[in-house]
Amino acid sequence: MDIHALQQIVHKTRDARRKQTLQKFSPADRDQLIHKYHPDFRAKAYRPLRFGPNEGEKTVVELATLLEGDSGIQDHADLAPLYTTDVLVVGGGGAGCAAALHAHGSGAKVILATKLRLGDSNSVMAQGGMQISVAPEDSPVTHFIDTLKGGHMHNDHDLLKVMVEEGPSIAKWLIELGVLFDRQADGNLHVKKGGGSSKPRLVTCSDYTGLEIMRVLKDEVINQKIQLLEFAAAIELLSDDEGNCTGAIFKDLDTQRLVVVAAKSVILATGGIGRLHIQGFPTSNHYGATGDGLCLSYRMGAKLAHIDTFQYHPSGAVYPEQLIGALVTEGMRSEGGHLVNAQGERFVNELDTRDVVSSSIIRECEEGRGIRTMSGRVGVWLDTPLLDVEHGSGTVEKHFPAMVLQFERFGIDISKDPVLIYPTLHYQNGGVKIDTNSETNVKNLFVAGEASGGLHGRNRLMGNSLLDLMVFGKRSGLTAAGRAGSMKQGKLTLKHLERFRAEARKHGNVSGVISPMVLPAYTRKVG
Amino acid sequence: MGLRLTPHPSPLTSIKMAQESTENVIDQPEVLKPRMITIEISGKKYEVPEGVTVIKAMWYAGQEVVRGVGCLGGFCGACATYYRTKDDPKVKTCLACQMAVQDGMSFTMMPPFPARKAIYDIQQLKDPKQDLFNLYPEAPLCRNCNACTEACPQKIDVREGVWKAVFGDFQSVSDMFMDCVMCGMCTPVCIADIAPNLVALYVSRAQGAHFAEKPAGLETRIKEINDGRFNGEWQKILSMNEKELAEHCATVK
Repeated sequence: MDIHALQQIVHKTRDARRKQTLQKFSPADRDQLIHKYHPDFRAKAYRPLRFGPNEGEKTVVELATLLEGDSGIQDHADLAPLYTTDVLVVGGGGAGCAAALHAHGSGAKVILATKLRLGDSNSVMAQGGMQISVAPEDSPVTHFIDTLKGGHMHNDHDLLKVMVEEGPSIAKWLIELGVLFDRQADGNLHVKKGGGSSKPRLVTCSDYTGLEIMRVLKDEVINQKIQLLEFAAAIELLSDDEGNCTGAIFKDLDTQRLVVVAAKSVILATGGIGRLHIQGFPTSNHYGATGDGLCLSYRMGAKLAHIDTFQYHPSGAVYPEQLIGALVTEGMRSEGGHLVNAQGERFVNELDTRDVVSSSIIRECEEGRGIRTMSGRVGVWLDTPLLDVEHGSGTVEKHFPAMVLQFERFGIDISKDPVLIYPTLHYQNGGVKIDTNSETNVKNLFVAGEASGGLHGRNRLMGNSLLDLMVFGKRSGLTAAGRAGSMKQGKLTLKHLERFRAEARKHGNVSGVISPMVLPAYTRKVG
Repeated sequence: MGLRLTPHPSPLTSIKMAQESTENVIDQPEVLKPRMITIEISGKKYEVPEGVTVIKAMWYAGQEVVRGVGCLGGFCGACATYYRTKDDPKVKTCLACQMAVQDGMSFTMMPPFPARKAIYDIQQLKDPKQDLFNLYPEAPLCRNCNACTEACPQKIDVREGVWKAVFGDFQSVSDMFMDCVMCGMCTPVCIADIAPNLVALYVSRAQGAHFAEKPAGLETRIKEINDGRFNGEWQKILSMNEKELAEHCATVK
């Protein structure tokens, strides 16, 4: 059928739906729904790790293969360093920039290396906002409770307390650097309510929050003259005789040469895993989201946490084909957008947590109440025109300029017609286990941001990622820099790799897979 | 199954649909039987399926792309591209991850352009509106040709923004450039050698750091945290066992 004909049911049922209030699921119903429909519970997609720090624990097959993969570096590689630094930051997104700026600010020599350009990351795409308890009726404790509920009570309490308490001072730092947060008429920060939150707590820069923060942080990294290594992909870490981290080996993607960097501390801010397309899902993630930091840390002996749980963002675009997987921001639901099935019915409280909303969309589609596309996809409607009806004409355009522009390019006016959405692989809930200084169980190896694990439990609450990046980027940077003055550069060896390889051989691992992946293989093999 | 590029395999092909009717299926004839079209990538002809994005067309044509791909979501500005459609002399600009290819289209990715970025300490600026002329002395030399506005894939009125910056209307500039993805396509076209995106970034940061009102509530909250206003609540929460904490959480709606 013509798409406009199919959309009619959304227009026709709008008035009736506006009068409806949908209760959130009870804890029991919510658990049942998730267990039945959430991709985290598809047993066939998982297998136990055969060796390494998380031996016996299950994760998705795609990640397990890479974690057990071999290094591209040979045992007797030349380890003469081209660069020597106090703090080596790997990754140019939010956590990497925050780490580099804070380490540099406390007087350390810093190198920031990234396999793409500075700032090419998921952070730049964060649209929904950043959770910070600034409203008078809100508090860090309430932020803590909401996050804990969202994470199914599995969050690391120490990490979480640190994050919610440092939120307001992070906002202050960003404002001082020139980030333009949305304001109320009285000059205070405007806050929006996010899914799974009991209080309005999202600070925003329209629907460009991540972009605005990243524009400023990138500019600041350059202004501070922090040394950059762009198009340099980390492919192995270095360790001393005690197993402490002492640097990293990069592959220059322009020249294919290896570059060794000696560092007193290494901060991995390498982001998530969306481009592994776990369980065949499309993803909202950037080109480089291939979980490199997880593989590097795992070979060093760093323990991972919650690596069996991933976040599927409820609203990835399903139509048009060109936008598949791209996010339709949660802000649209925060402002009242309904999710509507092919029968014109709502089926979930749209502001429930992401795992619940995603599971319910999958349920609707599996039970035949979805709208299908000819390329074999299925989805439900997000009633975007409803926002203009509720809040006045022009609301969609004013509050969601990025979304409007993105769909307009393909001839779709989201203020007039609903968009078709389905969950898209969005975030790795777990990662490398860290302490409150963002350090792993491997000394002088820090991990910050999405690559780290424990903070978000089994489901990250929307808006907590940007804050995570800033808080733990800062803590890793400050801790690493604080240590630099009183320590010597350690020896550069590959002893961790020898140990890892010996273990792999013992378990008969001969997959031949080299990790990290660095970039996904999208180029069609021609001829 | 129609066109299928590796990046986005459908997760649902293995799921049996409960209702295999054609009732709720969107027409996409282009997907069922993709029409192959001819495009030119950096002057060389390739056959690719119609309607895929410019970046996917490059992958389809067998090209490795390292420089020129970033977020793939239209936000990072890495994939700035020049293109021209069939028989049209006008060379336009786009973000390669956000543009569909069409028959006869010709495109080339923009190489990194060596624009000069001024170095400044945003917090130490004494008179940001005046400092603009020291940091970017070329900014007032705009000759009004409007090429920057025409080059902007985000549809920002760049020329207007440069003038507003020069006249000190920093508030308007920061509003106008909130959409800017820093692709830099406004820069090579400028006959006065202005880098409008960098000028606007400076102006926006100065607006945020120096002219925007300081949010009083934020200071209050920071002070409350430092003064330990929430310590009692923390103690209560953190001393609870798992069951008590779960029960407490259930009461917060």
